[in-house]
Amino acid sequence: MTTETAPTSTPAQNQELTVLGALKANMRDYGLLLALILIMLFFQWSTGGVLFKPVNLTNIILQNSYIIVMALGMLLVIVAGHIDLSVGSVSGFIGALAAMLMVGWRFPPEFAFLANPFVAGAICIVVGAAIGAAQGYLIAYHRIPSFIVTLAGMLIFKGLSLALLAGKSVGPFPAEFQLLSAGFIPDFIGPTTLVPAVAAVPASDGVAAIAAVQPLVLHTTTLVIAIVGIVAMMFFAIRGRQRRKARGYESEPFVLFVAKNLVIAVLVLFFVYMLASYRGLPNVLVVMGLLIAAFVFITKRMTFGRRIYALGGNLKAAALSGIKTERMTFYVFAIMGALAALAGMIYAARLNSATPKAGQGLELDVIAAVFIGGASALGGVGAVAGAVIGAFILGVMNNGMSIMGINIDLQQMIKGVVLLAAVFFDLYNKNRA
Amino acid sequence: MSNTILEMRSITKTFPGVKALSDVNLDVREAEIHAIVGENGAGKSTLMKVLSGVYPSGTYDGEIVYKGEVQQFKSIRDSEHKGIVIIHQELALVPLLSIAENIFLGNEQAKNGVIDWDETRDGARKLLGMVGLTEDPDTLVTNIGVGKQQLVEIAKALSKEVKLLILDEPTASLSEKDSAALLDLLMEFRSQGITSILISHKLNEISKVADRITVIRDGRSIETLNKEDITEDRIITLMVGRSLDDRYPSREPHIGEVVFEVKDWSVYHQLHRDRQVIKNIGINIRKGEVVGIAGLMGSGRTEFAMSVFGKSYGQRISGEVFMNGKKVDTSTVEKAVANGIAYATEDRKTYGLNLIDHIKHNTTLANLNGISRIGVIDDMTEMDVANEYRRKTNIRSSSVYQITGNLSGGNQQKVVLSKWLFANPDVLILDEPTRGIDVGAKYEIYTIINQLAAQGKAVLVISSEMPELLGITDRIYVMNEGRIVGEMPTSEASQEKIMRAIVRAEGKAS
Repeated sequence: MTTETAPTSTPAQNQELTVLGALKANMRDYGLLLALILIMLFFQWSTGGVLFKPVNLTNIILQNSYIIVMALGMLLVIVAGHIDLSVGSVSGFIGALAAMLMVGWRFPPEFAFLANPFVAGAICIVVGAAIGAAQGYLIAYHRIPSFIVTLAGMLIFKGLSLALLAGKSVGPFPAEFQLLSAGFIPDFIGPTTLVPAVAAVPASDGVAAIAAVQPLVLHTTTLVIAIVGIVAMMFFAIRGRQRRKARGYESEPFVLFVAKNLVIAVLVLFFVYMLASYRGLPNVLVVMGLLIAAFVFITKRMTFGRRIYALGGNLKAAALSGIKTERMTFYVFAIMGALAALAGMIYAARLNSATPKAGQGLELDVIAAVFIGGASALGGVGAVAGAVIGAFILGVMNNGMSIMGINIDLQQMIKGVVLLAAVFFDLYNKNRA
Repeated sequence: MSNTILEMRSITKTFPGVKALSDVNLDVREAEIHAIVGENGAGKSTLMKVLSGVYPSGTYDGEIVYKGEVQQFKSIRDSEHKGIVIIHQELALVPLLSIAENIFLGNEQAKNGVIDWDETRDGARKLLGMVGLTEDPDTLVTNIGVGKQQLVEIAKALSKEVKLLILDEPTASLSEKDSAALLDLLMEFRSQGITSILISHKLNEISKVADRITVIRDGRSIETLNKEDITEDRIITLMVGRSLDDRYPSREPHIGEVVFEVKDWSVYHQLHRDRQVIKNIGINIRKGEVVGIAGLMGSGRTEFAMSVFGKSYGQRISGEVFMNGKKVDTSTVEKAVANGIAYATEDRKTYGLNLIDHIKHNTTLANLNGISRIGVIDDMTEMDVANEYRRKTNIRSSSVYQITGNLSGGNQQKVVLSKWLFANPDVLILDEPTRGIDVGAKYEIYTIINQLAAQGKAVLVISSEMPELLGITDRIYVMNEGRIVGEMPTSEASQEKIMRAIVRAEGKAS
């Protein structure tokens, strides 16, 4: 009987949208990136060109790396329909733990290996994951609201870091540990000199004076990595498109496909060029980049990610579809804990000491970044790319406003308005659709 | 003969696509207990919502004459102001407020916004006395049983100086003793001049207290009977009296061995440890067979199905499930699915779909392993699957990327079916598969059910619509109050026979 009534719904029905239609459908994604670019351009102008200086771009990355690392975990937490208020305190506590392991505690010789930066780092990650898991256990299996569990966690770990450090700052860290935040990847290939340095030559008889020329030396390895990365990205984008096309599933107009990839490639190249003309890729950017790639993969391609979106979208339906919703929630908080630990170490390495106040209030920046990035407070909606861009929007604003010398009070208010505006824009968009 | 207090004349109420009430007439006399009976979905509750102003005047046709005047109620407040109070099936009490606070909720004993607690308690105590409750007015509502909560609702109604009390299935969740007490109370009210309209499935209760009965069927008022004319047979005939037509696709059954069997299944209420909702049920389904479970709302059908499916309902569950003669573990949804059982819910919005996600992701959700390897989803396979099932179940949408929340009820139901079809079960439990969807979509769902049976699947259909069960099943179990009270081959079944099985069980129970 169905054959009589069935519409001719072949895959070909998923025909290409118009360019305008596709733009509209993905307004949120493109809009967010556009907002970041506009904000950057605005500050480039208002800071008299300081924002795009290679050293400043590098700084923006270093300043925001720990926010972005935690935003990745927070995205999963929020998509799962929860919140984690403890991440700031947990990161501070782990920073303190790292300091005590490496500097503060004097281990007997047979346990001296614990002070090794790599061993200590691994311990810190495990402790962070355990903290997240403990909170996740209470939330998932005992159904205590995450808001309350993590609020308690925030207080507890704030107190614990104070106790651990006995109220003092502990540092400095061993050099290897500092490299996590302050290091750059080595230039295996060797620098490329575009413009050699030329010393100023004062005017002499018959010869005009020559002004000194600033050298322009590029970090070659950084450029090579970037170009390889872009080529790989292009390759996968084109292959994916062809495979979809072969099965008739492609809906993105060709013009848009090309434009989107070109814009991204140009942006990445420009950005990397800037970094290469300073000191190359910071180590922490490499860590961040790998994590972002992993989380994009998890959320977009893995069943684990899909299940988190499903339980955030409709917990009961997910449970009735055979998804172990408790276990998923538990894992999500454990991952969040591990990332908070990593962020805490990055933060401590950057300051080169652990302070009792470290990490306090960071959770608010992290949560704000995820919401600016388009996640829904009700769960089930959000993207890794959005959270990362959201974090950069906040980071660029912080940086730009600081350079402009805007007071901290005004900065806070402006950030608040931006968060509100982003969420308002989201809801407005949704209601109109 | 006493005066008419209420007359509803040619009430017609249309929802988008459905005529819920059509030309319904009802007259209620002063100080009588007037019962309204009809099948699920016949329009009883809709009629009462029209009367009480839940559907404001202007959204329906026809007129309401109350105490000799034409009334145009814009809201519940308007009708309550005139002394018409409705007590809904789902109680409208705030569990964590006290009895006294609940009784005067929205009608606080207050001066200038400041509540007079003495007056509140005294008033509450007086009203509680009238309904025969001796509870402390400060007791939280959550701490008293459902029966007493029902009485608190009535006390609340009395506080509004009720003249016409409407009770929608008041005894559905009450014990026999509480039910009897409630009915006595109604008779006492009658002697005090309060009129009651009683909506009920329980014919034995109705014949005990009602002065007159109006039967509603398919959104029409069929007949009003006087007390002396009331017999069970008469009511049943009037309630179901319609013929099967070609709303059901035909099927040639090929029935094989028993695939699925549940033995001695008992379940206790999710929240109330001591209330047994499923009482030692046993059923079986054969390969290629479509089996129905008939029963009134609240008979425990959904609770049974959900408790079998991964213990998704209830506690203290006991009993055994067999697949192909082998005992299987269905204690989690995952295990149930792995053992070849699928359950498509009656409430697709709450339990069936992720409404903020699109068709593709919903289709594959119950069988993500089928589209992934070591936890990595293959996009192309997923697209293929989503498109295949969209075509098979005939989902009308622009593409598989349409958000399920924006689909019509029928198409949403097809997405739920797609999800479970892709999980490839041997036994498919469909709970009210055609609730709230239009006739065309129903036909398509029936067609899918037929195809499943033809493929050798065992299908269990839970439905409140008896014609549907008679139209599509091979065999019918009748369920009432947590028990199987009848089993019959569909060829020998009729609506009268099913109703009789239910009514007989009711008779035994009381």
